[in-house]
Parts: sequence; C-alpha cells; structure tokens
Amino acid sequence: MLSIRAVDLVVIGGGPAGMAAALAAAEAGVEEIVLLERQESLGGILPQCIHNGFGLRYFKEELTGPEYAHRFMLELEKHSGIKVKTATMVVQVTADRQVVTTSAAEGLVCYQARAVILAMGCRERPRGAINIPGTRPAGIYTAGSLQYLMNIEGFLPGRTAVILGSGDIGLIMARRLTLEGIRVKAVLELMPYSNGLNRNVVQCLEDFNIPLYLSHTVTAIHGQKRVEKVSVAPVDAELKPLLEKEFDLTCDTLVLSVGLIPENELSLQAGVELDPATGGPVVDSYYHTTVEGIFACGNVAHVHDLVDDVSTESAIAGRAAAAYLRGEIKGNRWLPVKAGRNIRSVVPQRLVAGQTTPLYIRARFPERNALLHVGRGRVKRRIVSPGETIYYTVKPEDIDESAGYIGVSLEGGEGDD
Amino acid sequence: MSTPEVDVLVVGAGVVGAALIRELSRYELKLLLVEKEVDVSFGTSKANSGIVHSGIHDQTGTLKAQLCVRGCQLFPELAAELGFLYKQNGAVVVARSREELVKLEKLAENGRANGVKGLSLLSREELRRLEPNLSAELAGGLLAPSGGIVVPFDLVFALTENAVANGAKLLVGTEVLGIKEEKDGFLVRTNRQPIRAKVIVNAAGLYGGEVAAMIGDHSIQLYARKGEEYLFDRKLEGLVRRTVFPLPSAISKGILVIPTVDGNIMIGPTAHRVDNDDDLGTSLAGWNEIYTEARKLVPALQPADLITAFAGLRAVGTTGDFLIAPSHVSPRFINAAGIESPGLTAAPAIAEYIVELIKDSGLKLRRKREFNPIRSVVRLRDLNPREQAALMQKDPAYGQIICRCEMVSAGEIRDAIRRGATTLDGVKLRTRSGMGRCQGGFCTPKIIRLLSDELGLPPERISKNGPGSELLFGRLREDQEETAKEEKQHA
Repeated sequence: MLSIRAVDLVVIGGGPAGMAAALAAAEAGVEEIVLLERQESLGGILPQCIHNGFGLRYFKEELTGPEYAHRFMLELEKHSGIKVKTATMVVQVTADRQVVTTSAAEGLVCYQARAVILAMGCRERPRGAINIPGTRPAGIYTAGSLQYLMNIEGFLPGRTAVILGSGDIGLIMARRLTLEGIRVKAVLELMPYSNGLNRNVVQCLEDFNIPLYLSHTVTAIHGQKRVEKVSVAPVDAELKPLLEKEFDLTCDTLVLSVGLIPENELSLQAGVELDPATGGPVVDSYYHTTVEGIFACGNVAHVHDLVDDVSTESAIAGRAAAAYLRGEIKGNRWLPVKAGRNIRSVVPQRLVAGQTTPLYIRARFPERNALLHVGRGRVKRRIVSPGETIYYTVKPEDIDESAGYIGVSLEGGEGDD
Repeated sequence: MSTPEVDVLVVGAGVVGAALIRELSRYELKLLLVEKEVDVSFGTSKANSGIVHSGIHDQTGTLKAQLCVRGCQLFPELAAELGFLYKQNGAVVVARSREELVKLEKLAENGRANGVKGLSLLSREELRRLEPNLSAELAGGLLAPSGGIVVPFDLVFALTENAVANGAKLLVGTEVLGIKEEKDGFLVRTNRQPIRAKVIVNAAGLYGGEVAAMIGDHSIQLYARKGEEYLFDRKLEGLVRRTVFPLPSAISKGILVIPTVDGNIMIGPTAHRVDNDDDLGTSLAGWNEIYTEARKLVPALQPADLITAFAGLRAVGTTGDFLIAPSHVSPRFINAAGIESPGLTAAPAIAEYIVELIKDSGLKLRRKREFNPIRSVVRLRDLNPREQAALMQKDPAYGQIICRCEMVSAGEIRDAIRRGATTLDGVKLRTRSGMGRCQGGFCTPKIIRLLSDELGLPPERISKNGPGSELLFGRLREDQEETAKEEKQHA
C-alpha cells in the first residue's frame, strides 16, 4: 500500500506562483510545506525567458526571467519548513486534499494535506485546437516549446520562420529568432489588434522591421517532411479567411502563439468549479476555490500579462492558506462579480465583504476614454485593450451589499479605429 | 553483403503485412517483412479509424464480408494474447427518418446473412436510452454488439513485435525496387541489400500495383481515397460509448462518431479520391463536411474541444472487393491488394486466408513447437496504484513522467525505443506521448533527448518520421562558441 504523509500545506507547481505562495505561507507561520515541481528545477517558465522586462512592478527594477526566479529560490532556501520536491509529477488531487505524486526518486507517494494551493500554470494552445488545414510536417512549434529548445537546450530550430499570433511570447520569439539569425518573414494576427503588450510590439517587431499583419491568418500548411511554406489570407469582420486574397510565404518553421490555456485537469479532479471566461478556478478575495481548503493562484487561475502580478496574487493566496490553517477564514460572506459591457473576465470572481481586493479585469474589445464601473466605484480609462490587464482595487466603500453583486463594466467608450 | 534467403518475403508492414507475418511465425519458416518507411504502420494503417467492424455492411458473398466477420471474431483472443488496445464497445447504425428505418432493416438482414451475431433493431426510445447524447431527431437504430474499437498502429506494433519475438525478421527503411523471377523463387532488389525469397506476398498498400508490376503483373489497379479524421479532447470521454454510424452511402460507411480506446472522441472520415499518393493534408472543406454530418448524430460536439486532425489514404481497387489471390504470373507471388475498409478488421482473417494460399503454392508449413503467442508491454496508466508503486520501486524510470497529458514515463519511452521506435512519431504512436491535449508542447524536447541518448545519435539527427523531417538544424551560434571555448581551454 501507499504510505500517506500528512503535511500542513501542499503547493502544486514550482513556478513563480508556487514559489511566491509557498514563501508567503511560510512567512505567515505555516510550518510544514511541500512544494511540488514536475521539472528538474524550480522557476517554471522563467528560466527560459532570458529577455528582460521582469520585476518592474514587484521589485521596482528590471530583471531577466532567470534572475527573477533566482530571487525567489534564494528566499525559499531560508525556510527549512519548505520541502522542495522537483522532478515530481502530481497525478491526482482529491477534494479531501490527498495529493498523489510520482517521481524517479521516490516512486508513488501520497500526501494528505490540510490545505492545497494549485499553481500549475498554463499550457499553449496547439495547432489542432485552431484546426489549421494542411499537412503535418516537422517544423511546427508552439512559441514556448521553441523558446525552451533555443534558450534551455541551445538548438537552432530552423532558418526562416513565420509566426502566427501576436501574444507576448510570439512577439518575444520574433526578436529572439531574429537575433539568432533566423529570418522572421511575418507575424500574423487574426484580430485587428495585437494581443501582446504594446511595449513588446515596439521592442520586438518595430525595432527589427518585422512586419505585423493584423487581421490575417494561416490558411494552409505545406510540406510533406518539413514545412516548406504556409498560405496566408486576410480575414473579414467575422474572422473568416478571404481565400481569394490568399498568398504564400516560404518558410521551414511555423511558430504558433495562439493562446494559453490554464492547466486545470487536476483542479477538475478535485471538483473545483472553473470560470469559462478565464479557464481557471472561480476564486474569492483570498484565492480560495469552491472546494474548501484548496486555493489557486497564478496562471492556473487566469493568464497574466506580467509575472510581477503572479507573485503579488500568489502571496495573497499563500497568506490566505496560512490563515485558513489557523481556522480564520471559514464561511466568509461574499458577493459575486457580474461582468457587464465590454468585460471578458474579472478575477477574483467572488469578493469577500469588507475586504480590499485587487482586481484583474480583461476587456472584450479595444476602446478609448471609457469609464470603468466597479460597484459604486468609477474611474476613467484612456485606452482599453484586450491584450492589457485593467487593474482596479476594490475598497469596502465601492461595495453595495444590498445589490447582491458587484457589477463591473466599461461605459461610454469610443470605438478604436 | 550476403544475400539473405527466406521462405516468405512480405512486402509492406501495414496491418495486413503485420498480421500475416505474425500468423506465419507460428510455422518453421524463414520470414522477412520489409517496409519502405522508417517504421511499421507509418502508411495507411497509421491513419485508420480503428474500428473493428461487425461485418453488417459488406455485401453477402464477398471476400470482404467473409473475412470481416471472421476477423471480428478473432479480435478478442488476439487482444488478450498481444495486449494491444482493444475494446468491444459495440456499434449502432442510426436512421434519421422513417424512410431510413426500412434501409436499416435491410442492413440487419444483410448482416444476419453474413453471419453477424446479436443484431437488434432499436426504437427511438431504446436508442436514446442506450446513447443519451445522440440527437433527439434520430428515428431508430441497429445495434451490433460484436463491433469494437482498436488503436490501429498499436495493433501493427503488437503483431510485428510478436512475430519478431517468434523469429521473423523485420527490415524497415527497405524499399523493394525490382523483382526477378528465378528457378525456385525470386531475387528482390531493394535500396539496401538484395533478398532471395521462395514466396512473396505483396501487402504494399497504395503501392501494391507497382510491386505487382515488378513481376509483370499489371492486373492490380489501385487508387487512393483520402479520409480525414478529427480528434477531440479526452474530457469528452463517455459522450458516446458505441461507435455511431449513419446509414452507409454507395462508397463508404459515412461520417462516424467514434469513441477511441484511449477515451477521445473522433469524427470522420471523409472519402474522396485523390491523385497524389502523398496527399496527407487536411482541409477546411473536409472539416466542414465532417463536422456538419457528425453534429447531426451528436449535437454536443464543439470545435473548442478539438486537439488534432489527420488524414490517411485508403488503397482502393476496381472490383469493390479485396484482391487476395496468387498472381496470374506466378503462383508463388501472392497479391493482397485493394485492402480498403474493413481491411483492419479483416487483417487477422486475411492472414489465415493467405497462409492457406501459401500452402497451396507448394511451400511446406510445419507448426513451430516453441511459438509464444504472448506479447506484453508496460503501460503505466493502465496499472493500479499498487502495481505502479511496485514497478517504480523496481525501475525508477517508470516514476519519471515525461508526457504529462497522457502520463507516459521515461521508462515506457525507453522501452518504445528498444522495441523499435527511431523517431518522434514512432515513440508517440507506441506510447501516446505527445498525443494528448498539449500535442507535444512540453514533452517534445525531452523525447528528442531520450531518442538521442538511447540511439546514440546527435539531437539534430532525430526526426519526426524519417529522413527529411529532422526537427533541429544544429546548435545556436553562442552555444557553438561556448563549446569551442571550452575545447580550447581543455587543449
């Protein structure tokens, strides 16, 4: 039989979210923490993000991904109560907080935790999920796996590339490929606007004269053994390709940066309710999910623009787990957030009464000079874009408890042209 | 290089060649299976729908009907012996209207005449009770409980591995280029060494016509009929439990909704003639056709749950039936051509049938006493926790998970490479690593490493599915410079 190890807190995932959560929980007095990571080392996606731009909000200085991760690793080492288990895969999580893991070092192990923090991050949408027609040759990579192959493994993956999708990883990889002498012929974006941060469009494409084709998509992949070319077409307002305007781009590599999906297979096993708008668990102001004693933070909860926000949010979850273990945060009254005009998602989805809660809001479409309504709160937003998080901190006075919910909407904006 | 001399040479390691070589390995024979691709099952069999057909569809009296029903009967025992992924989940053919109910009854009659057991007609209500997620519009169904599902490439791997364990030889990457008839056999020219064979079986799939033509037999006329398939996430497991067929058309069994053994839902295939033997692309038109038809059967299917698509080419003959017979040029050259659907189901029966033809050709077949019908592989996710724990204790490599979506360990990937995988696709098809919802996003770099280490090849030589499909172009500049610097320091 499997031996069962009892612990206070299990944190699943040793990326920025899991590291910050474990650290905050330890600092808040949790004595026994197990931090589980499937890779050979901590850091999650950060070690492969060798570009800078990290830490501006959290550390007030600019760091690379590995540097950012290193700061947390050093802090973790100071806490003897945190047991880090790398190269360890979680295969099961139950609603009563049993966590089953496997590793070469220890085989199958089952932890019985008093609290669990889910911090598994996200994965990239693959080609099949967007159903690009054509052949299935070598040379089709998602941007993140390409980044791993280049920055961790040191491989040259191709010579000429086309990138589909202008999310941040796609933009960063356009620059990275160019710096390695790989010719990036184009970055294609289905939407009429980039899904990445504006600073990345400027620094990764414009500075290198890489053309960005908005409202374009790949309509076919060609090549039997290796990618030989892709067909590209503009799309109409319904995002349907205009095939009469199709043209070909020769390349040996197609890079896909077409979205990130929070990895919630384990959350579902545990019976955690997901929000269809984020793909992540429904959480309250404490990042407590709908299953008691299970918390979620970082990209598993919702995809973030900046790792800094992941760290901030995960520290809240870590402290909340500590409070939960002391019996402090049971049975809080909460109000649901209700997304109104031009709001795709809001995290947390449930606001605990009387709390000050930072919100992460995402818009559906770009607009200018809109008024953001959050309960009774009002604030003007000059530029709104689905690619950039809208921040708002809810204060107790914004909440009208008699309404039964907190409405969030963008009102009176002007269309983006 | 010496010229190997064999009793039987089987050309083509698809499901027909694989089933045959395994059947022949029961006998005291020198056997050789050659395959032009770098791995077995890399042609038509790889992209098969994976259905074990009950035999209701094929016209009574045809070889297809006879061998399909027999093949279907052979599957349960074969699966028990070889441990490939198979499940007798049953099939339902559905009628969309009252008029179609009449056709359904005819189909049932045809099935009974073919010897299919256990058929029953279902009312609208019975059908809904059996499969609650089927469209409420459907008028009724025909249940064929003997129908099943199988992972087609897993079947091919299992058959060839068991044949090799029983003494057969397998040469991949070996293309037959010419055949010369000699006094008591054939001299076969390949891209590698020449081979002497007393009997040749042509199981070359799409290339059956070309191989037959090498001995001057121009009777085999084949064309390629493409089938596209679309695969959905495993989270839909249980949406339908039986394979769902519409009523068949003149050329195909229609667009189906197929639960796979691994728990995915698959929809397809199309059936369109193509002129190009390597046209394996999927298309927007194909998707639209399949999705429209599949939704008429199961309305809940959503494009957001798609994880991948693929296409395969069926080798279709001109007679409407399988072409399995000795060539008119030589009784020792046996064609197994035009093996379209239900070829996968029929394969074990085709193998038995060809063994009889080989006996007729004059070759003496003596049963091998030490024949071992059992083949076993480790599949971590099919074990219970206690078995998993014991396995990991014995060999820690089974505890190191490489493919997180499908829970495949380093130990299983190593086993797959030792079982014959030399490419990323070879590992993927043997273990399911990279077949899940992330489609290899996380595990590909790790599998490249494992292949490189196990095969002793540099990573840039590792390919997706053979020469020309290498994944990497070498090392990055700065990486090269660093290596050079290190070397200089050492010197």
